[in-house]
Amino acid sequence: MGEIFANYDIVGAVWKTIQLAVLSAIGATVIGTIVAVLRVSPVPVLRGIGTTFVNTFRNTPLTVLMIMSVLGFSFLLGLQIREDFADNAFWWAVIMLSLYHAAFVCEALRSGINTVPAGQAEAARSIGLTFKQSLLEVILPQSFRGAIAPLVSTYIALIKNTTVAAVIGVAESAGILATITENEGGSLPLFLVFALIFVVLTLPLGVLGTNLSRKLAVKR
Amino acid sequence: MNARRMGAAGAAVLIALGLAACGSSSDGSGDAAAEKATGKKIKIGTKFDQPGLGLKKGTEMSGFDIDVATYVAKELGSNAPDIEWVQAVSAQRETLLSSGQVDMIVATYSITDKRKEQVAFAGPYFIAGQDLLVRADEKDITGPESMVGKKLCSVKGSTPAQKVADKYPGVNLQEFATYSECVAGLVSKAVDAVTTDDTILAGFAAQDQFKGKLKVVGKTFSEENYGIGLKKGDTEMCQKVTDAINKMIKDGAWQKAVDKNFGPANYKPSTGNPPTPAACS
Repeated sequence: MGEIFANYDIVGAVWKTIQLAVLSAIGATVIGTIVAVLRVSPVPVLRGIGTTFVNTFRNTPLTVLMIMSVLGFSFLLGLQIREDFADNAFWWAVIMLSLYHAAFVCEALRSGINTVPAGQAEAARSIGLTFKQSLLEVILPQSFRGAIAPLVSTYIALIKNTTVAAVIGVAESAGILATITENEGGSLPLFLVFALIFVVLTLPLGVLGTNLSRKLAVKR
Repeated sequence: MNARRMGAAGAAVLIALGLAACGSSSDGSGDAAAEKATGKKIKIGTKFDQPGLGLKKGTEMSGFDIDVATYVAKELGSNAPDIEWVQAVSAQRETLLSSGQVDMIVATYSITDKRKEQVAFAGPYFIAGQDLLVRADEKDITGPESMVGKKLCSVKGSTPAQKVADKYPGVNLQEFATYSECVAGLVSKAVDAVTTDDTILAGFAAQDQFKGKLKVVGKTFSEENYGIGLKKGDTEMCQKVTDAINKMIKDGAWQKAVDKNFGPANYKPSTGNPPTPAACS
């Protein structure tokens, strides 16, 4: 086992996984929030756009999205982000992970928004706040708090889903695992080590989420 | 009501046709269908997704590995109907053997010292080599040296991909999970070449939809000895399988299998074929 760690850049691969996860989490949060706002907006067209986005990305397998990004967008349509294939695959992976999980972030947020009593929105409007103001100052802050538990689940799923990027050749954890298995043969201890790496990455997030949701819970 | 009845009749005809098609295709695979089961079951691990080597289409298996495995199984006393095909993806081959889920593995399984620590090998039954698959009108690419600055595709983590990355760092390498995606990229001109064992490449070039569109460069730059993977320590089994391979090469069945599976791609096995199987240890 020590020999394997010496011969392969496992740390580099895990670092790549973390980069993928962090960048995609940021992307998913930003896009997801925007889509959630669209879905609760009073304008039917915007609601329609939001619903279509969620239904499209939530119901498409991530593997299909990944392969489509390189095989479809990059190869057939020529939408190459970077000249170098490895960089190109990495950035497409970030985009697809962001879009896919944005759908889940949106739904988590929307469930959070639904925990805010209608009276809050009505009160905000009745004291003269605009839609934007009541959303940013009253509804969203409370809904983020209510959405912490499902959001954390989404981020944990995102971290594990970064392994799907291996199908387009991103050199992250699952990619190096494939390389090691090819050269050294498959072994249970090795798989367990990689499983453990993911536990180490996701467990703190779960603990943090539990603490946060307890601390920030809206007292009603 | 009438329309519905006609629809039902149409569906029945379609199903009957479908069944007929299945029947005729299994007859086409030679005397296999005529053979009776001997009752001596054997489980063979192979690839299900590699045209020309091991491909599962419906319930029918075809390819060079399949032909070799069927021949060897017959020598061991199991006819074609006794064989249970088990999908053996690269990462699981050692585990499948050591846990006894398969009796042997015939799946483009290169004999290496590292793998010998975990499993036993009979063979080689074929010597393949890493090569390049290009579009039929390609003139610039004649070997790995001419790939610098070109776009190459291979499978993530595979030995050929690693070799190219180590030896020719100037090559722009895209990696996918399977070769089918690479071939799709090659056909759409997004990549210039696909690299892996020449047998696998020839299998793709021989597929109906790519016939005449793709060619194997034919300049191998590595040597892969395909062996039949067996459970470690089973010398008796190893000896029997080795004898079967020897017999297959001697009585012409080996050459027939090569012609049948790789012939349409105009592919000639590299020098050293047919190989001499090594003695079992």
